[in-house]
Amino acid sequence: MSQAAGAPLVAVVAPLLLGGASTNPQVSFLYPQGPVAAAQREHIFVVMLLLCIVVVPVLIVTPIFAWRYRYSNASSRYTPRWSFSWPLEIAIWGVPLAIVTALAVWLAQDTAGLDPYRPLSSGEPLRVQVIGYDWKWLFIYPDYRIASMGELAIPVSRQVAFELTSDTVLQSFFIPALGSQIYAMPGMKTLLHLQASSPGVMRGENTQYNGEDFEKQKFAVKAMSERDFDAWVRRVQSEGVPMTPATYRVVQLRNSLDATIEALGSRGAPLGVLYFSGVSPDLFSDVVQSFHHSSHGSTVERIWTGAARPPE
Amino acid sequence: MDWRYFWLGRLSLEWLPFWDAVRHPNVDTIVNDVIATFAASLVIIGAVVVAGLITWFGRWRQLWSEWLTSVDHKKIGVMYIVLAFVMMARAIVEAALMRTQQSFGLYGGFLSAHHFGQLFTTHGTIMIFFMGMPFLTGVINYVMPLQIGARDVSFPVMNSVSLGLTAAGAALVMISLVIGKFSTGGWSGYPPYTETAFNGGVGPDYWIWAVTLSSLGSMMTGVNFAVTVYKKRAPGMHFMRLPLFTWTALCTAILMIFAMPPLTVATLLLALDRYLGFHFFTNDGGGNMMNYANLFWMFGHPEVYILILPSFGVYSEVFSTFSGKTLYGYVSLVLATMAIAVLSFTVWVHHFFTMGQSPDINAAFGVATMLIGVPTGVKVYNWLWTMFRGRVRFTAPIVYGLGFMMLFVIGGMSGVMLANPTIDYQVHNTLFLVAHFHNVLIPGLLTGMLAAYHFWFPKAFGFRLNEKWGLIAAFCWIVGFMLAFFPLYALGLLGFPRRTLAYTDPQFLPYMLIAGAGACVVLAAFASLVIQLRVSIRDRGLNRVPVGDPWDGRSLEWSVSAPPPEYNFAFLPRVTSRDAFAVAKDNGTAYRRPEKFEDIEMPKNSALGFILCVSGFLIAFGLVWRMWWLVVLAGIAAFGAIVVRGFVRDATRIIPASEVEETYINWLREVAAAQPATRGEEFEPTNEGLAAHPFVEAPQ
Repeated sequence: MSQAAGAPLVAVVAPLLLGGASTNPQVSFLYPQGPVAAAQREHIFVVMLLLCIVVVPVLIVTPIFAWRYRYSNASSRYTPRWSFSWPLEIAIWGVPLAIVTALAVWLAQDTAGLDPYRPLSSGEPLRVQVIGYDWKWLFIYPDYRIASMGELAIPVSRQVAFELTSDTVLQSFFIPALGSQIYAMPGMKTLLHLQASSPGVMRGENTQYNGEDFEKQKFAVKAMSERDFDAWVRRVQSEGVPMTPATYRVVQLRNSLDATIEALGSRGAPLGVLYFSGVSPDLFSDVVQSFHHSSHGSTVERIWTGAARPPE
Repeated sequence: MDWRYFWLGRLSLEWLPFWDAVRHPNVDTIVNDVIATFAASLVIIGAVVVAGLITWFGRWRQLWSEWLTSVDHKKIGVMYIVLAFVMMARAIVEAALMRTQQSFGLYGGFLSAHHFGQLFTTHGTIMIFFMGMPFLTGVINYVMPLQIGARDVSFPVMNSVSLGLTAAGAALVMISLVIGKFSTGGWSGYPPYTETAFNGGVGPDYWIWAVTLSSLGSMMTGVNFAVTVYKKRAPGMHFMRLPLFTWTALCTAILMIFAMPPLTVATLLLALDRYLGFHFFTNDGGGNMMNYANLFWMFGHPEVYILILPSFGVYSEVFSTFSGKTLYGYVSLVLATMAIAVLSFTVWVHHFFTMGQSPDINAAFGVATMLIGVPTGVKVYNWLWTMFRGRVRFTAPIVYGLGFMMLFVIGGMSGVMLANPTIDYQVHNTLFLVAHFHNVLIPGLLTGMLAAYHFWFPKAFGFRLNEKWGLIAAFCWIVGFMLAFFPLYALGLLGFPRRTLAYTDPQFLPYMLIAGAGACVVLAAFASLVIQLRVSIRDRGLNRVPVGDPWDGRSLEWSVSAPPPEYNFAFLPRVTSRDAFAVAKDNGTAYRRPEKFEDIEMPKNSALGFILCVSGFLIAFGLVWRMWWLVVLAGIAAFGAIVVRGFVRDATRIIPASEVEETYINWLREVAAAQPATRGEEFEPTNEGLAAHPFVEAPQ
């Protein structure tokens, strides 16, 4: 039975050892690359420690009681009718209640503090609009009229304000090393604020199963200096594939990023990455709106709606 | 008119599991189709072998009159548990297959995405609706009426209808192996992914109707159990004298009544979207999938406690019986059970903290979720103090119980962690979540039900299960669970999403290999259960417990013969305290002979449950494949059967007092002839189910 006590410790400690070995790209909030993930890591450890007040006694006392009061041990006391004690009752109800009360107060504060909708600072954020497809993400930088797929570049030490939606089914946008995940839902817009503290590469992903190439819906998050970021923007502006309605219809297709790259040609972009230039600042809201009314004249046409799409 | 479509709907040869490999033979399609075809063959061969054996032994008539049309709560309970074991076998093999895939999943593996998607969907759907629910429903069915001193449930025919509908749903999941593909949308079936726009095939339809059938059956079961506890208690069996298991059965029944309808509504609205072009959960036309998420989890969270409360009841009985001691903190346990039942309806939003709602909403639901941890923690400590100064016998049920206590608190800990929205933002949808719910459901639901199976098997069949194989199975379950799921906590913290077919980061591999090994141990655990049953049946002559009280039990079900007569009690017991049978044994009033016997009125058999099972299955099958003529015909049959049943006036029969008396006197003779067995002889052939007086072996 003692394995039961050791195993969760292994489960927690082992990633600290193994995860540290492969640092590129960073995949976990256990090695936080930004303030949100750092706060979450602290939170999970504190909650775990507090809960140990209730859990550890059970792990220790259960085998002790079972062994000490085993049938073959005639020397231990036997009180077959004893079934109640006020002091014990008060402790049994009181201690968990006290811990949960403490946790609840803290939970309420932290939930408000780490609300993904709340800006992290008063500084001017970098705006990024995220659209989920099957099975890839599009990152629009509306202030620069560019977009990218497969790669999300952000400057360090400046908060990024994400707006998210989906052009297909429900998805969940997640960069573990930076912080919270949030749903991207068709016809709806969600918000998320994250920030990277130091340059580096992190992995981003979709965590909500959406079919065939679900596990391929990953992307690299590149945190870089302001100067590198400016250079990156200029490069995308000059080398990006122009985002025309025809281009967008290719992006919308239900396939993997590799298929999109093959169809559009990557131009000067790195392997597995697509850049777009001339992106309309209205593209994101057009996608959101396209589910709410007919989309004549917009850059976005619904290429499938409801039962009109043939079954797979 | 397209007659082929009229008769067969969408049904065609291309839906056979080997069609892809025939049409496009390559390594991928062949590997996947061989696996699928093998599974389909098992379903067919299994059915043929069972039918052949029944014919060979000439047991069709007996099967019909003693089982399929029986409305005896004990037989219905046994059939529920048989169904649960059959479905468990499939779902465990599926789990092992998924673990194998992920063990080979670095850069690929051998399963196709569609195959993998069906595996996690059927695994979850079966384990919840066709393993967990039937198992606990079966155990409650068998035990609860005996514990409250009743002769049957309040609505015996409805009980058999509930079983019929559940079995029809299970049959639908099984037939999907042979023809067509199951859903890939997970056990929760979230739209818009399960809408026609994204999954036009038959998969989501199979899922919708299987779950709908099961949810209707479970809601009726809830009504039945609750009314039984309210109305059928023996004289003197006040609420605060109910055995703890019956209390948890009552709370589960109440949860079923209120929690199953939202699920039925959700699946039916989704069906309207798919069949008639409605827009409840579509992306466009005013639909909103988050309405589905709300409805589903208004069912889904109480469902968790529907699954786990009966196990809490089982462990309450097990710890007290095998510690030879009164349960510690009865009142606390009752209050905690009720508190959990009420709170379980206030927490559903924690399944989608990441939807983008305001932090106030998240905080409220997070705090409510944590609050459930309090009564649950109280229960664990109650069981702990039940062992204190007791005489603990390390039987299979208590080994499950000890493993449960230590593993469950770890699952509870990860649950309270997940209740924090800020932490949930990090581990939602990852393997951390998968580890958490298996960590509460395997030690909680599954081993609890297996403990119940060991505990009450001798009551149901009159002989004990083999203890050695029982212990092997228990250890394998516990060790296998730890190996298979603790690595998943680590993977989840590393941001590994659930339902992932393959990965490219080698650091995940070691964890996946350990989890794969764990799956093998779990397979060994299930195999041990099969061997145990075989060995126990072989040795049944040595393990007979006709007197009916092999464990020195405390509640009324132990006061009757094993197996009990159809009417349970020759005369209704009068209850004067908790632990009624333990007190009777102490006072020397057990095994007494009443002054006189009376005629007993029992319900007659009814074929209604079986007819609704078959017609329910056919309606669902017709709906899946769009064979409307079948839907209409089976619908008429079902409706007709219900109407005809309404006119049956001669629904009961009388068992004459003389027959009751004879059976009872014969049993009393066996009691008188039996040697009282001490607890040290629990597994000896000398234990015929008559317990030695507790003071004989443990004087104060």
